[in-house]
Amino acid sequence: MSTHPFRDVVIAGVFNARQARVLEGETSLSISIEAALGALDDAGLDVRDVDSITGSLASDLTFDLGLGPVWQSASALGVPAVVEAAAQIATGVSDVVLIVAGLAGVYTERASTAPWTRPNNEFVAPYGMFTAAEFALIARRHMHMYGTTAEQMATIAATIRNNGHVHPTAIYSGRGPFTADDILASRMVADPFHLLECAMTSEGGCALVLARADRVPDLRHRPVYVLGGSSDRIGPSYRHAPAWDLRGRDPDSPPNGLVGRRAAQRAFATAGLTPDDVDVLELYDPFSFEIIRQLEAFGFCGEGEGGDFVMDGTIGPGGRFPITTDGGLMSYSHGGQTSQLLQRVIRGVEQLRGACATMQVEGAEVALCSGGGAGALFNDVMLLGAERP
Amino acid sequence: MSESFTSGALVPQPATIPPPYPSAHSAPYWEGAKQGELRFQRCSACGHAEFDPSIICRRCGHRELVWERSAGNGTVYSWTVVWRPQQPSFVVPYAPAIVDLDEGYQMLANVVGCDVADLAVGLRVTVEFHPVSDGFVLPYFRPA
Repeated sequence: MSTHPFRDVVIAGVFNARQARVLEGETSLSISIEAALGALDDAGLDVRDVDSITGSLASDLTFDLGLGPVWQSASALGVPAVVEAAAQIATGVSDVVLIVAGLAGVYTERASTAPWTRPNNEFVAPYGMFTAAEFALIARRHMHMYGTTAEQMATIAATIRNNGHVHPTAIYSGRGPFTADDILASRMVADPFHLLECAMTSEGGCALVLARADRVPDLRHRPVYVLGGSSDRIGPSYRHAPAWDLRGRDPDSPPNGLVGRRAAQRAFATAGLTPDDVDVLELYDPFSFEIIRQLEAFGFCGEGEGGDFVMDGTIGPGGRFPITTDGGLMSYSHGGQTSQLLQRVIRGVEQLRGACATMQVEGAEVALCSGGGAGALFNDVMLLGAERP
Repeated sequence: MSESFTSGALVPQPATIPPPYPSAHSAPYWEGAKQGELRFQRCSACGHAEFDPSIICRRCGHRELVWERSAGNGTVYSWTVVWRPQQPSFVVPYAPAIVDLDEGYQMLANVVGCDVADLAVGLRVTVEFHPVSDGFVLPYFRPA
């Protein structure tokens, strides 16, 4: 039996800094520092232990925290950064890797949609496109192909928002509970998406620390392991029309509508697991429909079956595959361009530690975490485990 | 809210929306629009219709792409209606759609000249042109 590549890698620390619709007085750097120090403290490590950093403000953090000299990588934040950190450690490039995201004070012109949702591409911007419209074009095509309904999508939004409703530090804590009808009664943003089917915009920060296991003999929390992970990217976000059928040169490759399938297959292969082995799905939820799409792309149900899959309690509390248990981008936080991508992984870690104050999936051993979606032409997938692989 | 979000006239945007910023590779497309022509590129090796403008055939890798004129007829592949604008210069509702052009490529544009309730996958559409700022002309599609 061969050794798992990430056998000696642990996710040692995670931390969510404060999240809010607006973090008065904070800057992206200040909230990033709060996140970085929080994750190191959670791991029981010191800034002097860090020998690698990833993050949008990595240079500033390196200097201000006095980390240098360190390896500084430019991984896409979210799942790719975590998988690449694990690979750095597994290959001996680094021993302790700090991953940090944070944003505040950027979205100030509120008459427009958030700046990271608005492309400046010449073939997209003049048609008033922004993230919700991009993802709506994917959802509409699926509705056309498979008869997916507004009620099915609203059920997803209600499920996720209710998870956030009971979460004590979600930005929209206490805002529910919601029924599918409540979701459908909110105003339309980009048909078929009503307001409550869309991610919020907010500010916040978060960080993770990965380490070689022998560097953290006295971990404060149960260690969590990287069982596998990969990333599917098929082009720049918000430049090409996000058609379901877009694909690369290989005509047998999965189309954009199933982006994430290759990554999921790769993650499951590395882990030696199948979807049946997963206990909790920390799915990225920019818009309601994206959950249906990911469930199909990752193999939790057949193509076109995602709408029915979400209707019988399977994805809710106590269901076989509970999703996005902190309220996700819709209710917990969407702290800018990247924090929310890492937060899916952080929530997966919290689930496997058994440390969630709300919506803890009892005895969870395997978590799937994702990031991205077909409207943006990318999807990343990773599997976390409570047991050393 | 009294709006039903199921009806509303779809019209071209005011000329005050931000203009496109062409690159050297896309300039022929925008020059064509000013002349009332919808242009795309075709690979001189494999015949693949290419959009948006590229410097390499995305299907076969050939490096020679030739500009052609589209008849401007196509079919709606997917659509949405935006009720919360990207920025205040846009007037809602507007309807971004992916159009399958008869020449064999897809492009994104807004559908106008009909009601929100008329939108459907499979709707046949034809191009029309409307000016925006800085002398640019923007292709739209209306029901054929």
